[in-house]
Amino acid sequence: MIAPVRKEVLVEASVERCFEVFTAGIDRWWPREHHIGKSPLVREVLEPRLGGRWYGVSADGEECDVGKVLVWEPPRRLVLAWQITKDWQYHPDFVTEIEVLFTAEGPRRTRVELEHRNLERYGDAAPAFKKQIDAPGGWGRILESFARTAAG
Amino acid sequence: MANAAEAFAALADPTRRVIFERLAARPMAVGRLAERLPVSRPAVSQHLKVLKDAGLVADRQEGTQRVYRIDPRGIEAMRTYLDRFWDRSLAAFKAAAEEEGE
Repeated sequence: MIAPVRKEVLVEASVERCFEVFTAGIDRWWPREHHIGKSPLVREVLEPRLGGRWYGVSADGEECDVGKVLVWEPPRRLVLAWQITKDWQYHPDFVTEIEVLFTAEGPRRTRVELEHRNLERYGDAAPAFKKQIDAPGGWGRILESFARTAAG
Repeated sequence: MANAAEAFAALADPTRRVIFERLAARPMAVGRLAERLPVSRPAVSQHLKVLKDAGLVADRQEGTQRVYRIDPRGIEAMRTYLDRFWDRSLAAFKAAAEEEGE
C-alpha cells in the first residue's frame, strides 16, 4: 500500500467560487506543461457535471483525455478519475481517484483538501515504465521539470 | 520506502538525471555507465548510491558485475511527480480563485 498524495490549501474566496474555479474554470490554473499531447496545450477542459469528460486540447486540435467526473456534489465535494498510466497514456480501464473537499471557513475563506489515491495501481504496469521515459514529452520532460522545481 | 523529497533531490543533479535516463533505456553495470559519462567510475558509483537510496534504481549481482536498473516498482517516482505536481497546481488554483473580486 502506498500513501495517497494529500494536500491542503486555504483560499480567500467563497466555497462556491472555489468549486467553480476548480471545475469549470480549470483552464485558468492548470499547469500548461502538464499535458500528454504531441503539441502544446492550449486549453484544459473539465465538463462541469457528473460523468463529465476531463481533457486537454492541443495546439493541433487533438483532444487528450485525462479522466472524468465520478462524484459531483457542488460546492462541497468532487471526485475525479485520473486515468493516465505510467507510460503517460490515457487508458479507460486505468483509474486513480482524486477527491477534493471544499469547506467554508467564512464567507470568503475556504479550506480545500485534495487526496490523490490508488497510487499503488501504478505498480501493476512496470513494463510500461520504460516506454514512458523514451516517449517525447515523457519522463525526459518530467525530469527537466523535476530539476527546475527542485533547483528553484 | 524513500520519501518524495529525497527522490526529487536525487534527480535535481544533471549527471544523476542522465544516469537515470540511461538506465531507463536498459539495465547496465557501473563500468558500462561510466564509459559513456564524463565522470569517474567512483563518481558514478556514488551517484548510483544516491539514486538507490532515493528508491529510483535497484541493483542486482550478475556474475562478477553489479547491474543497475530503474526500480521496476517505479511507484515512488510517480508519487514524487504527483506530489510536486499538486503542490504547484493548488498554488495556481488558489491564485486563480483569489483573483479579482467576486
